[in-house]
Amino acid sequence: MSGHVAPKSMYYAVFAALIVGTALTVGVAFVDLGAMNNVLMLGIASTKALLVILFFMHVRWSTRLTWVIAASGFVWLLILFGITMTDYLTRGWVEGTMK
Amino acid sequence: MRSALSEHVEKEQFPQYPAPVAIQPAGTGHAPHHPYLQHHFDNMAQQMEASTLGMWTFLVTEIMFFGGLFMAYLVYRHQSPQGFQEASHHLDVFWGTLNTALLIISSLTMALAVRAAQTSQKPKTQVMWLVSTMILGAGFLGIKAIEYTEKFRDHIVPGPYFHWEGLYPKPAEQFYSLYFAMTGLHALHMVIGLGIMTVITVMAWKKQFDGEYYTPVEVAGLYWHFVDIVWIFLFPLLYLIGRHYHAG
Repeated sequence: MSGHVAPKSMYYAVFAALIVGTALTVGVAFVDLGAMNNVLMLGIASTKALLVILFFMHVRWSTRLTWVIAASGFVWLLILFGITMTDYLTRGWVEGTMK
Repeated sequence: MRSALSEHVEKEQFPQYPAPVAIQPAGTGHAPHHPYLQHHFDNMAQQMEASTLGMWTFLVTEIMFFGGLFMAYLVYRHQSPQGFQEASHHLDVFWGTLNTALLIISSLTMALAVRAAQTSQKPKTQVMWLVSTMILGAGFLGIKAIEYTEKFRDHIVPGPYFHWEGLYPKPAEQFYSLYFAMTGLHALHMVIGLGIMTVITVMAWKKQFDGEYYTPVEVAGLYWHFVDIVWIFLFPLLYLIGRHYHAG
């Protein structure tokens, strides 16, 4: 079969990055940075997810069609979050509307 | 119809299997091909591409499945940020971190299992990586069981016996409803993953995988890594938001 054979060292490097990310996210959580806590937490989690998707799940070497399908899942997720939160975040902005 | 592209791919990667001809010469059965190539596919590359796309399509539905729960989390946390922090503070960050590490290691062993099949290593090597992955997954579930037991003991399982000594009992109950729904659904995926891995391990043991055919390991790996990714988001959102919370 086809498929790009990545060197073992690459898998260990990605693994090390994931462990460092986990340590970082736990460490940062104990420091009160206000809203930045959420930004950092989700930033690190997204980076870790991206590393897993690109390298462990081989999307880095997959066809364009696989890229599109994988990306579409996250696009729909953002539509779900985006449209729902435009509702919840703006409730009560106009006088007389439900809070 | 055989496309120019698939013929190109085939010549490039499978010189040992002559391309099947459109019209069979009289007297011959059919063109030689890999034993695991199903007849409705042109070649092994196309067959694997179809399986990979199928799994990714399923994973997109899974993203939306878990996405609904993350959406609920976002809405309720937005309504009571303090309550969620207080509730999260009660979760044991030690178990959470340990479980995150276990899942990340299991993703590594899974990736190495796929690589072992891809590089035609001995079935024993493939099985070794697969079994390591399963042991780590089982360890994750064991720790989850310890955590759930503590929650039942402390009466912080939502329902008539929910008891919360804090400033925000209602948001805490909402938080723990989401905690059990999200980690429960995730744990169910882990259990299903262990079942899939058992089948894959048996197949590997029976010498079914090598560099020319390893689609089942690859596709099972995609599922396993996806479950890992869900946890990568669950861990900080559930365990870490209340670390610097001070009551009052």
